[in-house]
Amino acid sequence: MSHAATVHHTSMGLDNRKMAFWAFIGSECLLFGSLISTYLIYQGRSISGPTPAQILNIPVTSVSTFDLLMSSLWMVLALAAVQRGDMKWAKIWLLGVAVGGLIFLGFQYYEFSSFVHEGLTLQANLFGATFFVLTGTHGAHVAVGVLWMLTLWVRALQGKLGPGHAITVEIAGLYWHFVDVVWIAIFTLVYLLHK
Amino acid sequence: MSDSHASTGLKSWLTTTDHKRIGMLYFWSAFGFFLVGGFEALLIRAQLVRPDNTLVGAETFNQLFTMHATTMVFLALMPLSAAFFNYIVPLQIGARDVAFPRLNAFSYWVFLLGGLFINASFLFHAAPDGGWFGYANLTERQFSPGLNIDFWVLGLQILGIASLAAGFNFIVTILNLRAPGLTMMRLPVFTWMTLITSFLIITAFPVITVALVFLLFDRTFGTHFYVTSAGGDPILWQHLFWLFGHPEVYILILPAMGIISEVLPTFSRKPLFGYTVVVYSGVLIGFMGWGVWSHHMFAVGLGPIADSVFATGTMLIAIPTGVKIFNWLGTLWGGQIRYTTSLLFAVGFIAMFTIGGLSGITHASAPSDLQQTDTYYVVAHIHYVLFGGTVLGLFAGMYYWWPKMTGRLLNETLGKLHFWLIFVGMNLAFFPMHLSGLLGMPRRIYTYSPELGVTGFNQVSTVGAFIMGVGMLVFVYNLWWTRRRGVAAGPDPWGGATLEWSIPSPPPPHNFDVIPTVVSRLPRWSQTQLRAIPEGAEGPGPIHVPAGSWWPMVAAAGLPVMAIAPLTHTLWIVFVGAAILVFGIYRWAFEPFEV
Amino acid sequence: MLPFRRQLSSSPTPVSSAWLVALLLVAFTACAGGGNHPQSTLDPRSDFAADLSVLYKNIFAWAVGVFVVVEGLLLFVIIRFRAREGAPPPPRTHGNTVLEIAWTLAPALILVMIAVPTIRTVFKVAGDAPAGALRVEVVGHQWWWEYRYPDLGVVTANELHVPVGRPIAVSITSADVIHSWWAPRLGGKRDAIPNHINHIAFVADSVGTYLGQCVEFCGASHANMHLRVMVDSAATFEAWVAAQRDTTSRRPAAGSVEAAGQQAFLKYGCIGCHTIRGVSVGIIGPNLTHVGSRTTIAGGTMMNTQDHLRAWIGNPPGMKPGSLMPAMHVSDADLPALVAYLQSLK
Repeated sequence: MSHAATVHHTSMGLDNRKMAFWAFIGSECLLFGSLISTYLIYQGRSISGPTPAQILNIPVTSVSTFDLLMSSLWMVLALAAVQRGDMKWAKIWLLGVAVGGLIFLGFQYYEFSSFVHEGLTLQANLFGATFFVLTGTHGAHVAVGVLWMLTLWVRALQGKLGPGHAITVEIAGLYWHFVDVVWIAIFTLVYLLHK
Repeated sequence: MSDSHASTGLKSWLTTTDHKRIGMLYFWSAFGFFLVGGFEALLIRAQLVRPDNTLVGAETFNQLFTMHATTMVFLALMPLSAAFFNYIVPLQIGARDVAFPRLNAFSYWVFLLGGLFINASFLFHAAPDGGWFGYANLTERQFSPGLNIDFWVLGLQILGIASLAAGFNFIVTILNLRAPGLTMMRLPVFTWMTLITSFLIITAFPVITVALVFLLFDRTFGTHFYVTSAGGDPILWQHLFWLFGHPEVYILILPAMGIISEVLPTFSRKPLFGYTVVVYSGVLIGFMGWGVWSHHMFAVGLGPIADSVFATGTMLIAIPTGVKIFNWLGTLWGGQIRYTTSLLFAVGFIAMFTIGGLSGITHASAPSDLQQTDTYYVVAHIHYVLFGGTVLGLFAGMYYWWPKMTGRLLNETLGKLHFWLIFVGMNLAFFPMHLSGLLGMPRRIYTYSPELGVTGFNQVSTVGAFIMGVGMLVFVYNLWWTRRRGVAAGPDPWGGATLEWSIPSPPPPHNFDVIPTVVSRLPRWSQTQLRAIPEGAEGPGPIHVPAGSWWPMVAAAGLPVMAIAPLTHTLWIVFVGAAILVFGIYRWAFEPFEV
Repeated sequence: MLPFRRQLSSSPTPVSSAWLVALLLVAFTACAGGGNHPQSTLDPRSDFAADLSVLYKNIFAWAVGVFVVVEGLLLFVIIRFRAREGAPPPPRTHGNTVLEIAWTLAPALILVMIAVPTIRTVFKVAGDAPAGALRVEVVGHQWWWEYRYPDLGVVTANELHVPVGRPIAVSITSADVIHSWWAPRLGGKRDAIPNHINHIAFVADSVGTYLGQCVEFCGASHANMHLRVMVDSAATFEAWVAAQRDTTSRRPAAGSVEAAGQQAFLKYGCIGCHTIRGVSVGIIGPNLTHVGSRTTIAGGTMMNTQDHLRAWIGNPPGMKPGSLMPAMHVSDADLPALVAYLQSLK
């Protein structure tokens, strides 16, 4: 963050950190791809225990999905604010993204505890194992994102975030949008298209 | 010959972010692990020198072959390649360092800590013992109740993070930090192979990460990903592992192919034949490597259609590989070949890798492989491509670039003795394994019956392995001898074509006084380049070289601490380790950049 | 100018390696014989093994051809183009498109010659047996093989009997971890995977005993999981089947040492793991109803003799690391009777 003020010339014209982050996103696609593939392969092969049809609550999860999508919008607004130097709104939108993420995590916590209460645990069956590892990994990514947003927010409060640091906010935004897109895939494949 | 700008002392090494120093750290650590893995191999060969031997028991043997392979693949061959990525790639592209020097240091410390973690298992008499590809469901808690597999899973997870970080770093470095005028098709082939390898790393390692997470959860939290009684399928492990595992073998061989693509032209005094084709072949191999994973599973019963598809794909990949070999021959053809040790190793690579590739063709045919898979025939194939290929290629690189890295030439007489001992030793060790495999000797057996009729072959193999050991001792002596009495190398002892030979040996911390503008693929051989006035994008401005930092090492330390939690079934330790990791990352992120 | 020149010695060309390889190739062909090599893959005794051997030899021939060309070229090049004092610098050749096409197409053509028979053989050996084949079910255990003949009502272990000249349909699975069933002279291997069934079909063409072993790492005693396939003449096979189905004539005579042995079998808890039809129903260890008729014991690791049986029963983990059968602590008085009883179960 500190010596971002100097714009280094790069061979491909893309900031090093942005390029690294796109490579990271590519790598994460393989990670989530493997988790989602395993979920799909094991779909319908649980021997006992709760099934998706019995336990998934699509209305509730639709609300949390909407919340995550909204937070992506606020992320876009946060970046725009930073780029034009409007730090008052940047702080508001950044905090909003973090809060949006926390709300999503809150819904997940509620969802996971009620599933456990209804008998779907990690150990209950293949559905439990694949569901919790997949959505749990995604949730952990959201949590890291919340930490990241709060860090940016605090930096903004300290006056250490400005238009010169827009690229770091942009990269944080890339991460947040990626996590959102992965959730769209999970919501569709796990919740909406369950057998 | 010392670089007056470098600081000395332990702290400077622990906090270094200089790619050259990190390269040396990788080299010494990886070479140390290489000797450990070699020692494990000698114990294996000593046990197998005669049938019904009792030198080591079954459990110890199972740990030895598991650790030999795991050590060689993850702690020796990959990091030795990384040593060269680190040291040489920035020099070849006219850069002052890699894109993310502290991330680079982080990669090294994570690798070292991961290697120590997995070897610490020996202290608990619980070294991994499930084979280097750890097939479920043998690795489940029910059948492997001890800590052995936990050490393996957690160690590999830590090492995976090191590789991933390095992969991101080198992709950005090679794409973004090239000197002006250095277009992609002017890049040295070693740098190209590093780029392709880095893409393979960042795409393949996530898959094994997921496979290992499933196994860790099965063993620690009682999930059933690979547990058959709950509907889990052990074949899922095989698919996930080999989806990683096949690109992994290209990760292991492409850097060595890159090295000899530098060595052969230098010592033939002519450019690489078919540069464009060699580069595109490498790219093609990288992509095609994703489509052949189930050729490791021909005995699993995937069905004739799957078997046919994977057999065909595997054969297809032989084409770009063969094309490279012909291009190397074309490089030598018509040249003025100088028999330095480095060149001998490069020629040895071609000879041995060809044999390994041909045994690979016999494996590619799925039905034929039904007789070969899981026998010593595969062990022969593996060692011809990985030892005869990767290791010989790495030694070619060592003798080639050691003068650049240390300012001194390795002794050529000792080098040639090293080469011949290794070359003869490896053929004695591994060629008979084709035969013992065809005669029905399975792999991973701690003993065998004299009835099999493979005793003679095993004896020859053991003799060969010990000859290789002697050869390695000669190399170690050469390293030591050179420190004291090595001839000064100067910037360009070999007459090389690429940019690393245009700067002092060893290079100053900032590498290039002035970043050159490159106009040729062979800058040191090109009259146009040598006549050009070296203007740099950075001009005569100040050269800033980042100061060292403790934070990459601190952050790295958090990972093995986290790994202790599943080993000891104490959850809170995870949070301690995570706190160290996060603390290290925060201090790193907000560290002021000094000039 | 270049310091290394002083250290250059005239390096012998690697001709030695070429001779070494040639020598080993000769050794290779000499070793193909099955008599001294009971698990050889190159001395087939069934149609399945023969198909694989023919395919391998075909590919091997191409491989030898490529080897000779490539290594020959390499040898030629490193001798012919050795640096000579005072020679002019070599021409800056960058490549040759015609050559690139040629040496891309030539390997591709060779691979087609290999791929076609490969795919044909893949389908031929996919494990489909004709109707009327003798069905055998193989179940891998740590570290022994269970054999069931569903149409004959026979259950045995470690030694498989099949009639010569008749199609055999083998289905393979595992009761615990992944194993792999392999009798090389009768064919290729297929993995024994829990919850999966793999199929092998073959017709053995010669009477004899064929050795094999587990060939997928399966734990501590993976090396000790042997198997034997006895290919019998039709008459011998029928006699064997009849003996295996007969349980009545194996009851020991009252007061005999075998009867005392049967008592020991009950007393020491062997019934917890082993089945002897009419006596016990344990399923953890091998079926021992006709253990006396087998040539080997303990997963094929030892010949079936009194001494070996005594040693085995006394300390199974000592003979076979990790063995699930614990030391049975049979008294010295009871042991000979127990052994006599087991050997009487023919």
